[in-house]
Amino acid sequence: MIELAGLTKRYGEKVAVNNLTFTVRPGIVTGFLGPNGAGKSTTMRMMLGLDRPTSGDVRIDGKHYDQLKDPLSYIGALLDAKAMHGGRSAYNHLLCLAQSNGIPTKRVHEVLDTVGLTAVAKKKAKGFSLGMGQRLGIAGALLGDPRILMFDEPVNGLDPEGIHWIRNLMKSLAAQGRTVFVSSHLMSEMALTADHLVVIGQGRLLADTSMADFIAQNSRSYVRIRTPQRERLLDVLHAAGVTVVETGNGTLEVDGGKSEQIGELAAQHQIVLHELSPQQASLEEAFMQLTAESVEYHAHSDAPSEPQPAWGDAWKGK
Amino acid sequence: MAATQVIRSEWTKIRSVASTVWTLSLAVVVTIGLGILISALSKNEFDNMSRKDQLSFDPTFISFAGMSLGQLAMIVFGVLVVSNEYSTGMIRTSLAAVPQRGTFLASKIAVATGLCLVVGLVTSFVTFFLGQAMLGSHRAEIGDPGVLRAVIGGGVYMTLIAMFSMGVAAMLRSPMLSLGILMPFFFLISNILGNVSATKKVGRFLPDQAGSKIMQVVTPIDDDSPYGPWGGLGIMALWVAAALIGAYVLLKKRDA
Repeated sequence: MIELAGLTKRYGEKVAVNNLTFTVRPGIVTGFLGPNGAGKSTTMRMMLGLDRPTSGDVRIDGKHYDQLKDPLSYIGALLDAKAMHGGRSAYNHLLCLAQSNGIPTKRVHEVLDTVGLTAVAKKKAKGFSLGMGQRLGIAGALLGDPRILMFDEPVNGLDPEGIHWIRNLMKSLAAQGRTVFVSSHLMSEMALTADHLVVIGQGRLLADTSMADFIAQNSRSYVRIRTPQRERLLDVLHAAGVTVVETGNGTLEVDGGKSEQIGELAAQHQIVLHELSPQQASLEEAFMQLTAESVEYHAHSDAPSEPQPAWGDAWKGK
Repeated sequence: MAATQVIRSEWTKIRSVASTVWTLSLAVVVTIGLGILISALSKNEFDNMSRKDQLSFDPTFISFAGMSLGQLAMIVFGVLVVSNEYSTGMIRTSLAAVPQRGTFLASKIAVATGLCLVVGLVTSFVTFFLGQAMLGSHRAEIGDPGVLRAVIGGGVYMTLIAMFSMGVAAMLRSPMLSLGILMPFFFLISNILGNVSATKKVGRFLPDQAGSKIMQVVTPIDDDSPYGPWGGLGIMALWVAAALIGAYVLLKKRDA
């Protein structure tokens, strides 16, 4: 369990993390979501005692990080896959971490095996691909067999196979009753792995909710209908008091989860349906709406106001 | 957190990177090689020296002449041992594993210092005996007054130079910045300050100028320094202590 109470980090005038209070509970995957620059990594560094909070408090199983005896056996973290000496072999990297926390050497071989790096254990880390570096970082996190695991953007830059592996790993760790805390800036990624969701923007807490509640609250669900008897169906639905939205491409949309009702109405009136499908608006949209005001770096999507003359136009006209 | 665990961990770190081997080997080879060369040249030049120079001829000190260059490799070793943590990002992994920053820094410096002392003493004894062999009839014996002190002192001097570099590197964090300051300082600036008469009185309190006094057996005739061999080593130790205290205070205070 990780408890944050009023956690704040200020760099001069800039507030990177603003009065965060939430709890990360065991047995589930908690997603930590926010746009780039929202303060996710700073928060995670404070959890590990690397950065000092300006005010507020983080406790790991009720203790401050530096009060933990052999911290790797309480909490394992992957912050940055490149946070290792490239000239050291994977085995020696893990060995020096293990020794510092009194973890037996045999455990080094076990975690190398878990992440599939046994074959390259004696190779220097600087020759590793991003995915291999990520695996080595995860091996370091698993080393002390900790009850709490923390991953900062673990799927960044990984290939689909690597992403799949990490998702399954996180789920299986949570299923073993461990606390799993994982950050991401991708809602779609969280929707696949997280049971609980903590959303921050510009360092402030925007949401602390279960994934199911977040989906229920934030995603618009509707029924999409296609029919060759459009006018008749519109009349029938109108008579039944159902609000229908006509979309441009000839389909109809009805807000709310009423596909049964619409299907029955159509059957009663013998209307042919080509499609009757419940739909969910993407969670990505819901997330973007939630964080819209707190995105630090807005990209301007407007097209240039005037088309630029093609090169050479100026003298062609002469 | 048991300190012995952290010391074992730091030993694994230090022995598992190539820079340890090549910086220390370079320190050994340069110090001994240059010591032999200069000893051999001094023997041939002895008869051409002035009476004054002949009287203050210090065969022990001559055999340590290679240390002026060899110490630069010790500086590189000291800087890399510490700043590698920062330049690679390893420091965050290290401090997450050992959040007691004082224990972390002390263990790292203790392990590196122990290794330096072994390498330094071996180098010092080898360069002394080979240097004396080159000097022939002008040689000093290990049993002569002050000689054993000077030879052991040579190894201690190399160790203290490396420790000072570790402290500076821990304060500055960047290997390039640390080397960029320490190398020209010890190779050029300290020598200039120590030899120009206007700055000589200040220059002789610099760590290398004061510390190298421990390797002198014969005091030069015009020597007026206010400290003896042990006093000089003490001044150098104070510099080292100051650098290490600064390193500890900053490491405690700063975000990793």
